[in-house]
Amino acid sequence: MTAVYTATLAMLAAAGLLTLLRLVRGPDALNRIVALDVLLTMIIAGTAVGMPVREDTTALPVLVVLALLAFTGSVTAAHLVEKRAGLR
Amino acid sequence: MTAVSDVATAVLLPAGAIFCLLGSVGLLRFPDIGSRLHAAAKAQTLGLLLILSGTAAQTPLRYAPVLLLVILFQLLTAPITSQIVGRTAYRVQALDRRKLFRDELADRLALDGTPVDAQPSSEDADR
Repeated sequence: MTAVYTATLAMLAAAGLLTLLRLVRGPDALNRIVALDVLLTMIIAGTAVGMPVREDTTALPVLVVLALLAFTGSVTAAHLVEKRAGLR
Repeated sequence: MTAVSDVATAVLLPAGAIFCLLGSVGLLRFPDIGSRLHAAAKAQTLGLLLILSGTAAQTPLRYAPVLLLVILFQLLTAPITSQIVGRTAYRVQALDRRKLFRDELADRLALDGTPVDAQPSSEDADR
């Protein structure tokens, strides 16, 4: 099972790095919002995989909170982009 | 029982990780915000769903409802985020309308008399 966890975490890390590259490159705020949203998904997935690895379920409430907060942050940031463009 | 859940985890976790990886590759390589949203949604819904299912097979059964709750939140909120970001991209002119196959909102805006193309481009404002 260790090999499965290692492979999964390695792929998630690679995915996170690629997403981070899009976050740095932009080119505008909307692309960064999408990249941050995906990055948070990777964090949720990695934390979830870490639970059976460490045989510790303390991180479980963190997953729920992250899943809700990701949504709030993205929607607020998208509204801010509209506001900055003078549409709201 | 342990063997069954081990096999389930060994299948589900890499499958979900591959979806996350492909989603981020799409996010990096696709040309505009619309197609990037499409790639991101794959990692956000199916990728996370598979990984959390694989995790649920390894944790005690009483924790499964909480993981189900996370999946439910994600399935509910990811489309809303995509829709709002997509609408914002349309409104601030970050989306190239000539590339759209069908542009139903343009007809509606023309009907309302909203000057869509007269709006200032936010490309410069965001940088």
